[in-house]
Amino acid sequence: MQTNDDILQAIRIEKTFPGTRALDKVDFHLRRGEVHALLGENGAGKSTLIKCLTGAYRRDGGAILLDDTEVDPRDTFEAQALGIGTVYQEVNLLPNLTVAENLFLGRQPRRFGMVDARAMNRRARDLLADYELDIDVTRDLASYSVAIQQVVAIARAVDLSGKVLILDEPTASLDAHEVAMLFRIIRRLKARGLGIVFVTHFLEQVYEISDRITVLRNGQLVGTRETASLDRRELIAMMIGRELAAEIHAPRAEAQQGPLRYRFRNYGRKGRVRPFDLDVRAGEVVGMAGLLGSGRTETAELLFGAHRADSGEAEIDGRAVDLASPRAAIRHRFGFCPEDRKTSGIVGDLSVRENIVLALQARRGWTRPISRAEQNRLADHYIRALDIRTADREKPIKLLSGGNQQKAILARWLATEPEFLILDEPTRGIDVGAHAEIVKLIEALREKGLSLIVVSSEIEELVAYSTRVIVLRDRAHVAELDGTRITADQIVEAIAATNERRTS
Amino acid sequence: MKPKYLPLTATLVIFLLGYVICVAQYPNMLSTRVIGNLLTDNAFLGIAAVGMTFVILSGGIDLSIGSVIAFTGVFLAVVLEHTSLHPLIAFALVLAIATLFGAAMGAVIHYLEMPAFIVTLAGMFLARGMAFVLSIDSIPIKHPFYATLKGLYFKLPGGGRITLIGGLMLLVFAAGILIAHRTRFGTNVYALGGGTATSRLMGVPVAATTIRIYALSGLLAGLSGIVFSLYTSAGYSLAAVGVELDAITAVVIGGTLLTGGSGFVAGTLVGILIQGLIQTYITFDGSLSSWWTKILIGLLLFAFILLQKGIILVSRHRQQRA
Repeated sequence: MQTNDDILQAIRIEKTFPGTRALDKVDFHLRRGEVHALLGENGAGKSTLIKCLTGAYRRDGGAILLDDTEVDPRDTFEAQALGIGTVYQEVNLLPNLTVAENLFLGRQPRRFGMVDARAMNRRARDLLADYELDIDVTRDLASYSVAIQQVVAIARAVDLSGKVLILDEPTASLDAHEVAMLFRIIRRLKARGLGIVFVTHFLEQVYEISDRITVLRNGQLVGTRETASLDRRELIAMMIGRELAAEIHAPRAEAQQGPLRYRFRNYGRKGRVRPFDLDVRAGEVVGMAGLLGSGRTETAELLFGAHRADSGEAEIDGRAVDLASPRAAIRHRFGFCPEDRKTSGIVGDLSVRENIVLALQARRGWTRPISRAEQNRLADHYIRALDIRTADREKPIKLLSGGNQQKAILARWLATEPEFLILDEPTRGIDVGAHAEIVKLIEALREKGLSLIVVSSEIEELVAYSTRVIVLRDRAHVAELDGTRITADQIVEAIAATNERRTS
Repeated sequence: MKPKYLPLTATLVIFLLGYVICVAQYPNMLSTRVIGNLLTDNAFLGIAAVGMTFVILSGGIDLSIGSVIAFTGVFLAVVLEHTSLHPLIAFALVLAIATLFGAAMGAVIHYLEMPAFIVTLAGMFLARGMAFVLSIDSIPIKHPFYATLKGLYFKLPGGGRITLIGGLMLLVFAAGILIAHRTRFGTNVYALGGGTATSRLMGVPVAATTIRIYALSGLLAGLSGIVFSLYTSAGYSLAAVGVELDAITAVVIGGTLLTGGSGFVAGTLVGILIQGLIQTYITFDGSLSSWWTKILIGLLLFAFILLQKGIILVSRHRQQRA
């Protein structure tokens, strides 16, 4: 693998955060003059790897070689001086400074101790001319579109570093025309011999621009391949987890499905997810499969009223309901465990008990507090029932491991005795043992007659507990699989299919 | 016109308009004498406001200014009364103390990651307390050198005079404009106001810049204290209460965004002049209570906050369409 062609080599990089192993001996090799796509689902370790390369994080193990010399950047500034420049999705420039000031911040040309604005502006114009940009460099950066800001950021990064350019989701907020412009620039930089790392979740763009692809999953290297010889389906199979042990893949007790309870017709919201129809019975688990950005999470949020639907109607037991807000949804006995439990799930400094009773208390209203004895009873019940491993119920929840935090959030919603439970990535970022427990729990809830919607990027998991699987692509529901057709291969096939094809 | 010049232009227009209205009512106000007095009367506030402009541009706030002015005045009065030091040496001494005091606050804000509001609030009490420790009485300064300094002025045609302190304020503003727009430090101040985390990523020396900003504010507050003691010929620990708020007002009316990152030192000068103009008008009128100054300035301040909010909305809207 190691050739002199490599401009940047990362060897057995390790990084551990409390509770998770973010990078587990990951190798990454970047050649001179190549565009190398770095892929993986959320939490796969892409950002962590990049942050280790750019010095934003200190790695716990492994080595980084730049031009065959070992380097150890302590911060992004040092990485830049060494030759590794980074451009993030959120443009990391200062919107209130002019374009020229942004390009030359900290190294403005000076005359007699004063900044020579004229020289600086001239050099800024010259620099941007290389990037097909002819703009007024004396205007504030904020007055330009994100695409132009992105190019300015690239120009600055290349001008400062000049060996390796890392682009972290640079196209996320650009339109097709702007993407084309960006790609022209990337190709030009590639021809100049830069090594370019390209992180994105748009697979079309990966195939359009990249020479090689490296896939990470759960902090581990899945593999590095030539783009030309890797077909789409294989790539998706690499990205999506298929590693669940057979033990939880027990034959599904043939779903003794209850009556149809929830009907969504033509339900959707512009810009988030295209209108879809969805029926959910009691005692059913509907899985949502799709890649990041396909509209899975958007669907979940829409169903819970976190965003208001702008088309279609919802019915529960044949009666029309208005799910305008999470409060309304909770009144109808909906529950929702969001994807990012750190920011939108747990309240870290509160105890396990307080986190568990939170939703129930919110539904009852603050004027009718739950007695301490009742709280203790509830907390103890769920700590036992879900096997939440904590020293005691008064421990701050942030001290628990990821899997136990997840179970506590689940307990929070179970305490409200929901009838319709939405789980967004319930197994994200928790260890494999805890995976199996969550899967068992989902099974148990289904048997109790709950209706569940589960969003997951772990295909095998979906196969294990779903009675039906909805496949999403490009913010639309594109396929529905049920019965014996719920297999990992079929799901991957449906995700990878480039043409819209309905298998009802 | 670039949107960032809009608040500055609005301030300038309001000042000129206000002046025209004043002159229409009291033609006497159109004289170099009035202008000279405007500069002299507001010199200490103007000098302190330059420091405040830098602090606010960087996204911070400095509440200790008034107290530092009072401390400076008392310090000078006490030193000149009890020792035989030459006032110039006393000036140098007190400027050094004020600068160090500001730098220390900057260091606390940066290294302990404390909000500037709390740190400078503590600084405010500390400086005021130190003034009381030195003396609780109003001490007159009768040094002959003070009389000499007060006698210095530049005569304008029409009988007006730009006194030493009025001229000093103009010089400080000129230096402030140069520092803000023509030095790397100036750009770094704007950068901090645009976002500390991003600035750090882009290689701005955040610690050094923060400390220098508050040191500069301290230095200028000290200079303002010297000017104030020249203006009043006394040092009193209860003097200059609330001057920091007047300075903030001038900065905001001058078109600087209170959240930092956008604004001009020159705008602050106009802001000072507007405040002075309102006061002058009330003096000329003679029948109006001085409370009207506060009411008018309150309204103006409110109007400018609305204007800034509007500009931010408009520019964001425009960007979305671009």
